[in-house]
Amino acid sequence: MSTLTADKTTHPAPDGAPRRRPPHPPRRPRTGGRILASKAAVNGILVLIALYTLMPLTWLLFAATKNNADLFGRPGFTLGDFSLFANLGDLFTYNDGIFGRWLLNSFVYSVLGSLASTLLSLGAGYAFDKYDFRGKEKLYGFILLGLLVPATVISLPMYLLASKVGIVNSYWAILIPGLVSPFGVYLSRIFAEGYVPGETLEAARMDGAGELRIFGSVALPMLAPAFVTVFLFSFTGSWNSFFLPLVMLNDHELYPVGLGLFNWNATLTQYPDQYALLITGSLVSVLPLAVAFLCLQRFWRSGLTAGAVK
Amino acid sequence: MTAPFAPSSTRRPGRGRRGQRTAAALLIGPFVLLFLAVMVVPIGYAAYLSLFREQSSGLGFGGTRTFFSGIDNYVRALTAPALQKGFLHIAAYCAVYIPVMIGGALVLALLIDSTLARAKRFFQLAAFLPHAVPGLIAAIIWVFLYTPGLSPIHQFLDWAGTRVDFFGDDAILFSMANATAWQWIGYNMVIFYAALQAIPRETLEAAIVDGSGALRTALSVKLPMIRSSVVLTTLFTCIGAIQLFTEPETFRYDATGLSPEWSPTMFIYQAAFSKHDYGIAAAASLILALLGALLSFVVTRLGNRWKEA
Repeated sequence: MSTLTADKTTHPAPDGAPRRRPPHPPRRPRTGGRILASKAAVNGILVLIALYTLMPLTWLLFAATKNNADLFGRPGFTLGDFSLFANLGDLFTYNDGIFGRWLLNSFVYSVLGSLASTLLSLGAGYAFDKYDFRGKEKLYGFILLGLLVPATVISLPMYLLASKVGIVNSYWAILIPGLVSPFGVYLSRIFAEGYVPGETLEAARMDGAGELRIFGSVALPMLAPAFVTVFLFSFTGSWNSFFLPLVMLNDHELYPVGLGLFNWNATLTQYPDQYALLITGSLVSVLPLAVAFLCLQRFWRSGLTAGAVK
Repeated sequence: MTAPFAPSSTRRPGRGRRGQRTAAALLIGPFVLLFLAVMVVPIGYAAYLSLFREQSSGLGFGGTRTFFSGIDNYVRALTAPALQKGFLHIAAYCAVYIPVMIGGALVLALLIDSTLARAKRFFQLAAFLPHAVPGLIAAIIWVFLYTPGLSPIHQFLDWAGTRVDFFGDDAILFSMANATAWQWIGYNMVIFYAALQAIPRETLEAAIVDGSGALRTALSVKLPMIRSSVVLTTLFTCIGAIQLFTEPETFRYDATGLSPEWSPTMFIYQAAFSKHDYGIAAAASLILALLGALLSFVVTRLGNRWKEA
């Protein structure tokens, strides 16, 4: 920006003297150009990456407004007959409204499961940070090892155990395994360290409050931001979970939305008219999390940051 | 990381200490019990199952005879051609996926962190949004985007005068790696970006004063300073990759090259739920867990060496 104006002011030589250049300008146009080029390159690459990450979801939005004929008959990023509402109607009435049932199941698994899981994690994380007992760090390290266990490895034995206990093919088969989150405990401990000062606990103790009361009415309110973060991680974990329900559930009525859509996808070659159904269903199942992400960005980031910096 | 002694213990040694111990037990106890129930016991049970063989009538209940078979299941698993191929498939997949994933996320984080970038919040959000899409739905969306006739990508390629079979044997690894990378690149980027933000500004200023350009600063100052995040992220990416299931399981209805036992996890799933051969499934599960542990060890080791270098 300054190169142009600098040239203009030096160009007209009013007193007829040979044009005098200050010592720096000869280098400035080049440097300025290079910075401009670098800036264009950096932002250009970023725009390309954003196009890559946003294209599939944008396409999904377009596709959900089309009927089956237009899906294949018209280019991806054009509008056909606007059929979004017809598609939604079909989606929620198909097969006696099974899709609504799946959505409801997903909410039960994710909301109830994550609430319980978050409370458990916060309690444990808080206790690991604030109390001292023998073998504490060993137990904590043992729990963190759970982070490294591939989830698919324990799904099969879990299924066999669940079938012995008789809870296979029920809500419990999904809810109980979802309660345990080593990552949640890890985050909670970090948050408890940062958000709950020892002096506050001490003051509460001086007032004669019992330890559990202190956790419930002093520490827990201070941990509210941690609650949201841990809940969010747990919620996405269970909303995304696929292998466990696939293994545990037979009954279509108990399916979470992902597993239901997976089944539709698997039968797509036999029922090609399900394309619009599957596309609209995918969009609807993506929306709750996408909205949660956009609204609660701050909490997401604080959780990942806690994980990264430590 | 060392937790301080609870301060009150000095003042009220008797009651306070005991109260705290009870509270700790009440707060940690339920979690530990559940942890044992859904993590430790299943692994132990898998180890137990892997030592037995069942002669099954097909359903697994009634009319079956179970007998101790020692390491027979492990031998059967390791010599099963399908599982051997599965491990090769995963190795090939990792060779494509890990560099793309980690490299891509690093480049993205360094670009957004650079002083030249504009609209940082928008780009972060744009890169992160795919992570809001459940893995299964992401896989289904990419199946659509690879389907000729339906996909704008094919329409673009047609317009450019070429044709790519995304489900073909040559492309399928890349197609799957792309679907997974699309979902995770923003997540890993945020981790790297957070680590980059934690680099002391003085360090960067010193580099600039020394005449280091933006690219050089990124590669030889910033990158080494966030290596622990890079190592940790690589570790979790590896652990995710060896369990690959959702993408091949979703893609195999369109890609004829993907067998139902294409990846080790798919092998385990088929062994357990189609063939009801729990012994070999349990043995294969433990082999996979062991491989995960081995990978963790190697990645951490390499990470430490990088730290010393």
